[in-house]
Amino acid sequence: MAELLLCQKDAYYDSVTLMTLSNKLKKLEGVSNAVVSMGTPMNKELLQNIGLLQGELEEAGPNDLLIAIEAETEERCRAVHEEMERLLCEKKGGGTQQAAVYRTISEAKNALPDLNLAVISVKGEFAAREAREALKRDMHVMLFSDNVTVAQELELKSMAHEKGLLVMGPDCGTAILGGAGLCFANAVRRGGVGLVAASGTGLQEVCVLVDRLGQGVSQAIGTGGRDLSAEIGGIMMLDGLRLLEEDPETRVIVLISKPPVREVAEKILAKVSACTKPVVVCFISGTPDLLKGTKAVYAASLEDAAFQAAALMEGKTAAPAAGTAFPIDGEAMAAAAAGLKPEQKYIRGLYCGGTLAAEAVAECGKALSEVFSNVSKKPEQHLDDPMRSRGNCVIDLGDDVFTVGRPHPMIEPELRCGRIIQEAEDPETAVILMDFELGYGSNADPAGVTIGAVQKARQRSAAQGRDVVFIGYIQGTQGDFQDIEKQRRTLEENGVLTAQSNLHAVSMALRILAEKGAGGHV
Amino acid sequence: MFEELKFLNVGTPLFRDELEKQRVSCAHVDWKPAAGGDIRLIEALDRLADRPEVEAANREAADRIKRSQAVWIGMDLALRAVPGMTPKTILHAGPPIAYEQMCGPMQGAVQGALLYEGLAEDAAGADRLARSGEITFSPCHEHGCVGPMAGIVSPSMPVHIVENRTFGNRSYSTVNEGLGKVLRFGANSQEVLDRLRYIKEEFFPVMRSVVELAGGVDLKNLTAQGLSMGDECHNRNKATTALLLRDLLPFFMEADFPAEVRNKAMLFLRGNEHYYLNLSMAACKCTLDAAHGVPNSTIVTTMARNGVEFGIRVSGMPVDCWFTGPAQRVEGLLFPGFQEEDAALDLGDSAITETCGIGGFAMAAAPAIVQFVGGCVEDAFRYSRQMYEITETESGSFFLPPLDFRGSATGIDLRKVVEAGILPVINTGIAHREAGVGQIGAGIVHPPMACFEKALLAFS
Repeated sequence: MAELLLCQKDAYYDSVTLMTLSNKLKKLEGVSNAVVSMGTPMNKELLQNIGLLQGELEEAGPNDLLIAIEAETEERCRAVHEEMERLLCEKKGGGTQQAAVYRTISEAKNALPDLNLAVISVKGEFAAREAREALKRDMHVMLFSDNVTVAQELELKSMAHEKGLLVMGPDCGTAILGGAGLCFANAVRRGGVGLVAASGTGLQEVCVLVDRLGQGVSQAIGTGGRDLSAEIGGIMMLDGLRLLEEDPETRVIVLISKPPVREVAEKILAKVSACTKPVVVCFISGTPDLLKGTKAVYAASLEDAAFQAAALMEGKTAAPAAGTAFPIDGEAMAAAAAGLKPEQKYIRGLYCGGTLAAEAVAECGKALSEVFSNVSKKPEQHLDDPMRSRGNCVIDLGDDVFTVGRPHPMIEPELRCGRIIQEAEDPETAVILMDFELGYGSNADPAGVTIGAVQKARQRSAAQGRDVVFIGYIQGTQGDFQDIEKQRRTLEENGVLTAQSNLHAVSMALRILAEKGAGGHV
Repeated sequence: MFEELKFLNVGTPLFRDELEKQRVSCAHVDWKPAAGGDIRLIEALDRLADRPEVEAANREAADRIKRSQAVWIGMDLALRAVPGMTPKTILHAGPPIAYEQMCGPMQGAVQGALLYEGLAEDAAGADRLARSGEITFSPCHEHGCVGPMAGIVSPSMPVHIVENRTFGNRSYSTVNEGLGKVLRFGANSQEVLDRLRYIKEEFFPVMRSVVELAGGVDLKNLTAQGLSMGDECHNRNKATTALLLRDLLPFFMEADFPAEVRNKAMLFLRGNEHYYLNLSMAACKCTLDAAHGVPNSTIVTTMARNGVEFGIRVSGMPVDCWFTGPAQRVEGLLFPGFQEEDAALDLGDSAITETCGIGGFAMAAAPAIVQFVGGCVEDAFRYSRQMYEITETESGSFFLPPLDFRGSATGIDLRKVVEAGILPVINTGIAHREAGVGQIGAGIVHPPMACFEKALLAFS
């Protein structure tokens, strides 16, 4: 064991600096003791207690710096001394600011009073409390959390309505406000189409298609799926409509929802009729007679809603189109159908996006006698075992049974890979239909994550002497960070047929079945 | 409205990151469930939320804290000055505790006090007496007193008398003995007893005369000045002690004592840069006692530790109603030669300073000692700023220069502590766990959440 004892005359440092320094030195390798302190009587006594008050240290006064190092070797002692000199001279950061992170909404709001919109994604049972706190502090709320009760939703929305604030949600996954995409939103161009939607991927679908048709989005407001229920009464759809009417950026308004109960529909359509801007209403898989006698512009589908809005932006009107407006390559569909074995009869839709799955169920239902689904509203067509498909079948992989303890498939599409192979091994599978969501929040490379499973699925079915047709719809824009062209190439280079809209994808699948004579009539 | 949106993300950082990808700035709450997700506590919080009578009571209690004006008016022996003091009473720091359960330093200090009082011949005899049941042990706080570390007050100790000029109540604290081997850290050797005798026989009469000649010392004013000179009046009392000496200097010279005696008294004060601590504590005590007893108020009026338990009292609850949890380990820097295992658990009444909005709450004012809290000035600012989240109001007298002279966070609301999960930050010294070794470091500590949770449940 070696010692290094030094006394620097008249070198004042404050005691806390020196204590910090001593503690740092003591932690260095091979150091058994290190004390750097001023030569006050108390400090000298402390040194004496550990046997290091020797030589010139004994004579030190209170303005002298004492250095006592005990280490394995003399060389270590010198190294520690050098380190001490370095630490004493070290320049400090000088108050560098880090990005602000707070413990509570209240703390954040007190520090930054300008904050006016809270995106809340906490566990459902605590979400209403946080939302209430945000509203109390005069902030709009985007409530991504689910498992909020109807009573809580009503309370929050009534409170927000009173204060002129928005509560988007619960279970709201998409909004675009003032050009900023929240949670799951696509990078769409800015423009004059304002949307209010009680559906997440439905809202994304219309935004993406508006962008593809050369128009842009002013604001896209989500309301949560229950907003148009009898209990909530469409509070946020109505407030959203009013805000869009007042918003100078918005020229055409689009409302999207499942068909609501009658009294809510009447309330909303009355406001639509009184609105000074044209309003396209898309009650998903609803019929035109719902809008009879109102000034609402009927949209037959999500895709049609985008076409109607784009036409209105150009000062035109378009006839409502029940089918897809995107062309279907009949030859390619016929060729695909020709490669199918007689027993390959069914469409299997494997969806990450909930509204897109629902749309697929509805559209297939129009053409086919039976469509099974884990999210089917018809009890007789509800899948008993969501892990096993039967007949024509659409699976919403965002359903709780698939996501317990793991991220939503829009974030982690791996969730679907095993199911793709499973469907391909089923001798009755003709077409596998898949969606790929791009945009903020979604997976960085959904096609890349999936393509290995597609290849493996092909090998498996080929080994059994079959070809399965794959159709993919990429819901995204040129602006999305995932690079939509690269996503498309990944799919097409592996023989996946790609579609322009979800409706287009479903229509392609139905066309293949029709070509084969298996019941489709598109 | 859509153009002026400023986003706050509460929950998964993914959504903040996605906004930042769009070059949209977004503040972030690193969210944890309120009250740790404990449904019982959340329900209690909801029952106490937005109740006008609670809000009004808290405003009243906080207002009393702000309006209090603590003035050091004199000195006397504890037996004469302190309410409820008897010849066989020993007061101690923190919530009530039996002698047998006390930590090492507190037992050592009790023995020292019994020796000092002449009630025992030696430490062993003092220990026997303390266990005999003949001695009444009681918390300082229940007698208008406060004491740092062991906080022992015995009948013949001189005490500072501090009066609340606004509300008329008084508080008391002993004379700080200095650092090293001192009674408050449990030392009871001859050297310690000799110093205590000096304080009683020589220092006390001089000091009493000096304070009376000075016509009292406005402690609120002195603390406020200290905060602008780098003190937080708990772990750093350099500036305030120097100011005190400067203000009293003319009266030392005027005092009618032999030069030798008064010089020695003056030098005793000068030699202890923590002299002001005991005055700071007494000033906070008489301030908070005035805020105690407002029905329905959830403002904390006491935080104190006996080395085994941490206890709080709440304005709207009876005076003898303590809510306790285990005393915590202090995180900080140790003097050379000491290890973490040597440290006693959190000890002393000095957290009265934080209860009053100074000490750790005013850390931003004391950059010289920020290394106790992690080394950089920004940490100190953050601690001080965070305390606004758990307090009812901001001081109208104690300003923090680095925070643009914002008043320090004042009036801890136990509801906010439980809801936010933010515990008060306390600057404190670290005692050796064995009696008599003394102070071995300093650092920061938090109360156990249990105190606040129990109080909340009792309240709702």
